[in-house]
Amino acid sequence: SRIAIRRPGTDSDKNARPLSLSGHVGFDSLPHQLVNKSTCQGFCFNILCIGETGIGKSTLMDTLFNTNFENFESSHFEPKVKLRAQTYDLQESNVRLKLTIVNTVGFGDQMNKQESYQHVVDYIDTQFESYLQEELKIKRSLHNYHDSRIHACLYFIAPSGHSLKSLDLVTMKKLDSKVNIIPVIAKADTISKSELHKFKIKIMSELVSNGVQIYQFPTDDETVSKINTAMNGILPFAVVGSSEEVKIGNKMVKARQYPWGVVQVENENHCDFVKLREMLICVNMEDLREQTHTRHYELYRRCKLEEMGFTDTNPESKPVSLQETYEAKRHEFLGDLQRREEEMRQMFVQRVKEKETELKEAERELQGKFEQLKRLHSEEKSKLDEKRRSLEDEINTFSKKKAATELLQGQSFNTNANLKKDKDRKK
Amino acid sequence: MMMPPPAMPAAFQVEKPVPGPGMGDFSYVGIDAILEQMRRKAMKQGFELNIMVVGQSGLGKSTLMNTLFKSKVSRKSVQATSQEKIPKTIDIKSVSHDIEEKGVRMKLTVIDTPGFGDQINNENCWQPIMKFINAQYEQYLQEEININRKKRIPDSRVHCCIYFIPPTGHCLRPLDVEFMRRLSKVVNIVPVIAKADTLTLEERDFFKQKIREELRANGIDVYPQKEFDEDAEDRMINDKIREMIPFAVVGSDQEYQVNGRRLLGRKTKWGTIEVENIAHCEFAYLRDLLIRTHMENIKDITSSIHYEVYRVRRLNENNTAIAHEGEDTHWGD
Repeated sequence: SRIAIRRPGTDSDKNARPLSLSGHVGFDSLPHQLVNKSTCQGFCFNILCIGETGIGKSTLMDTLFNTNFENFESSHFEPKVKLRAQTYDLQESNVRLKLTIVNTVGFGDQMNKQESYQHVVDYIDTQFESYLQEELKIKRSLHNYHDSRIHACLYFIAPSGHSLKSLDLVTMKKLDSKVNIIPVIAKADTISKSELHKFKIKIMSELVSNGVQIYQFPTDDETVSKINTAMNGILPFAVVGSSEEVKIGNKMVKARQYPWGVVQVENENHCDFVKLREMLICVNMEDLREQTHTRHYELYRRCKLEEMGFTDTNPESKPVSLQETYEAKRHEFLGDLQRREEEMRQMFVQRVKEKETELKEAERELQGKFEQLKRLHSEEKSKLDEKRRSLEDEINTFSKKKAATELLQGQSFNTNANLKKDKDRKK
Repeated sequence: MMMPPPAMPAAFQVEKPVPGPGMGDFSYVGIDAILEQMRRKAMKQGFELNIMVVGQSGLGKSTLMNTLFKSKVSRKSVQATSQEKIPKTIDIKSVSHDIEEKGVRMKLTVIDTPGFGDQINNENCWQPIMKFINAQYEQYLQEEININRKKRIPDSRVHCCIYFIPPTGHCLRPLDVEFMRRLSKVVNIVPVIAKADTLTLEERDFFKQKIREELRANGIDVYPQKEFDEDAEDRMINDKIREMIPFAVVGSDQEYQVNGRRLLGRKTKWGTIEVENIAHCEFAYLRDLLIRTHMENIKDITSSIHYEVYRVRRLNENNTAIAHEGEDTHWGD
């Protein structure tokens, strides 16, 4: 019998009819089911902190997450910018968070800062690449994959009070299409309120005039659009970090104590720390993750695939088959594999040669020793032979002498005996 | 299960995950606010669910769908019933609806398969259904593999296939076994005993036991599959469910007055069968399983297991048109 199939596109999708329910069905529990599942799996959040050495990146992280991460003071003499990533398992009520903090080490310390941003860009790309590789695998496990893509990039601006440095502009321009940039003014307690206001305006206008796209807190959801819009206007956040506590009134608060007063970190009149925490964690963490995945990662993926020569349609505008894409990838992979095999083989051959030479050398040495010993031995032997011969000679001589003496003795004894006999007979 | 951090070039130093030192007990960071953020996002995006119903004509498939979702979601409600003749071939028709409950929006697609099991020769009747399911996987895969792809790939994959077993009371028919054996490998199958009001409780229990034995004997893994239990807690809950399947259901979209309340039921001369009364039939269990507790899990298994299996096969083979040929040579017995 003929088999007729009607594809769903004709009835559904565009023609989904709105329907009202006559009773309680129960799928309102779906968000709860979804959240439950995510709680079991845990969440992943990765922050990249870019800023000069000593600008307060680690302290801010400590303050933000209310904990003491292992921090090493970095030297100012790093020849190149390095990135140091550390992952922590945090838990608050029933939520488990796998937090990765990536710090730039030595950023802005070099005499020649031209290559500073490159390492950061490479790092971000490497994480995207990792994810892309996993996604393209044939047998893949995306659900178990530890997502290391950077979700938020805190860019620490030095509190000069004047304007952005050229390094800042160049770096942010390079990063704005790869990561969500949230600029912060570090060590904000060194700027007065009025200077701060002017500074912020200057920074924002410089960013705009240079076409730098920083992260905008989303305003499409009515629950949060009001607060997000307000916060968008306060960027960049002027922050102060501290892991020390000072007694104010009858409470211990995180603060920095100066002879002229105490800067309280969580006091919104003193700095924007609370706002940063609110925006970064409490309100928009999920959106940051989503933007990373649906915008920045997709862009990377698109560029990478096009670079590798894949297209959605070939020159005749026909869709390229799935197979061709995977054939090409497999080819590349096999080529890679072959190359590595060849390398290993070469290495093996080399090692064998080396070992052979070694052994030959040892053999020769041994042979030499053997020859030497042999020689010594034959020398000894001939010496001993000689000794023996001389000994034998001596023995011979001695026995001859002995024989001769005995003969003589015998003769004289006989003579004596005869004499005696004669004597006795004469008696 | 944690994966080690991904490999990076030697210039980057990476340390292994360290259990973070305890969070300060007086300061609140706000990490758990992410749950609320996720909930918000989910509410905004809405959910999608695609259910397929398979069974001979007259087993009450459409009515059951309507009862489950308390509205006229079935195909029959969309088409005029005067057209209703047993089709000569197996047709696959899907109808979508947007429904909403307490702010949660869902796009529900019910996929009907009229003509299944109705022919005189039903050999290979599972084929068009298999082809349809694979075609959905194919469509998703094609979109996923595009360079320029949509932000949210529209999900038309069949999440759940409800298979209707006629209430003979004896055992599974060869058609049932054949279908479930093949399809359980590609989709989540939830078998139900249809029109269960024709069985007494003893007959029902006997029938269910017989069915479970036959499923076991034929190596048919229906939802919830034992091998996909995540942990001990999961296994405990799912074991209880596995002891109860297949659910014996009765469907109805008519309300009657029973003991002063208006209930969904079937009125007969000897009494009124209350659909949502678990003493009468197991509809409530089915509804709870499908909708209230395991819906997310069903979708999860479809996307992370069935779809991945399809993808692996697809990417490993040589010819390009498995979805369009309906060959069964790849689905080994």
